[in-house]
Amino acid sequence: MKHLLSAADLSRDEAVLIIDTAAELAAVTDRSVKKLPTLRGRTVVNLFFEDSTRTRISFELAAKRLSADVINFAAKGSSVSKGESLKDTALTLEAMGADAVVIRHGSSGAPHRLANSDWIQGSVINAGDGTHEHPTQALLDAFTLRRHLRSGAGDLSGVRVAIVGDILHSRVARSNVLLLKTLGAEVTVVAPPTLMPYGVESWPCHTSYSIDDVLPDVDAIMMLRVQAERMQAAYFPSSLEYSRMFGLDSARVARLPEHAIVMHPGPMNRGMEISADVADSPRSVMVEQVTNGVSVRMAVMYLLLGGMQEEI
Amino acid sequence: MDSRARVVLDEADIGRGIRRIAHEIVEKARGSDDLILLGIPTRGVALANRIASAIGEIEGTQVPVGSLDITLYRDDLRLRPARALETTSIPAGGIDSKVVVLVDDVLFSGRTVRAALDALNDIGRPAAVRLAVLVDRGHRELPIRPDYVGKNLPTSHSEQVRVELDEVDGTDRVAILGHVEDGAAG
Repeated sequence: MKHLLSAADLSRDEAVLIIDTAAELAAVTDRSVKKLPTLRGRTVVNLFFEDSTRTRISFELAAKRLSADVINFAAKGSSVSKGESLKDTALTLEAMGADAVVIRHGSSGAPHRLANSDWIQGSVINAGDGTHEHPTQALLDAFTLRRHLRSGAGDLSGVRVAIVGDILHSRVARSNVLLLKTLGAEVTVVAPPTLMPYGVESWPCHTSYSIDDVLPDVDAIMMLRVQAERMQAAYFPSSLEYSRMFGLDSARVARLPEHAIVMHPGPMNRGMEISADVADSPRSVMVEQVTNGVSVRMAVMYLLLGGMQEEI
Repeated sequence: MDSRARVVLDEADIGRGIRRIAHEIVEKARGSDDLILLGIPTRGVALANRIASAIGEIEGTQVPVGSLDITLYRDDLRLRPARALETTSIPAGGIDSKVVVLVDDVLFSGRTVRAALDALNDIGRPAAVRLAVLVDRGHRELPIRPDYVGKNLPTSHSEQVRVELDEVDGTDRVAILGHVEDGAAG
């Protein structure tokens, strides 16, 4: 493994290795010295062409916990806003000796382009590209699911997960469907027909247009943010209607099985896809997802950068 | 085990070595109130457990046992592909002001122990750190020496010492493998 571009590239064993590694690295957070010397002298560049707070600081913290040097490169106010291309930005970073580039880009496939060009020699980690994929989010979700539903070991065989909301624009949903399937889970995506992607029937998951149908039969429900910035067209009549039809409130949570957990990749719109009381309830594991995100990103960086670099 | 292997310690020898280490630890600690045994995975953990039960037989006390994975502190990480991590579990109460005995199967270059000392430094501040090994095969590359040794085993640098323990390998024995090009355990 040199790059992490798509959840689809991971075999079951690779995914379990990343999650196992994350589980060991999670203990570092509880120590007095929250730092490991493993990536001393390596440079990680966070190349963020899209706004993001939690993913960027999560990657930054993960790299710093492993003693890597971190450079944050945000497109806003940088040479990119002056019209520099991805290629020239990449060549600049290569010239500065970046060992890994964590990239978030508005265009699907940008990380793939970066990894398969000869612009940079280091590892490329996809931190979200357009409406394509966000593999580390899927890994941290799988890690969280395993902790709660499989006592922290093995894969996710037989775990039933519903992903509800804007499937069409969601890279989180895409990566999760692929990864959870690889790990043996059974995934159902739930959305209004307008927010269901074309060709969803070819995805390795079930589909439903009703959240109420799936509630009694899931071990975990993952609510997706309604992405206002991607809603140029009218996908649903009003936010109130969406909230009534697809929002998770306490009445719906009461219909979930006793052990089921509520997940959200964040940032959430309280009162839209999830009600405030559900978000704050003990069933919801969103704060833990953030913590697990750091551990999973540490695991990915360790496994990509910690050992000998593969010959190219 | 292949035919070039020469068995140097059998089950009884290993048992004697462990009992002697346990006696020496108890003697030096004058009782075992603030002792902690930390095994270095995988075979060091099995040895730590055996030493703890031997101390239990001598003193009637239960010594806490943990495991300390040193992978992330190794100095040769970049020489090989990234490897999977082993378990680290520190006994409740931590290691601060305790006498920590590191336990490993073979002491060779001393680099593993150096990594373990670095790892301990990030976990807490023990009153003292001591080192117990089943086999000391020599060829140190760092100024590190063991406090408790099951068996001193003169070897040539090109030989490989293989420790097999029932908990991990299903049998108890230590063997020397002749003239292996690389990959010596350390």
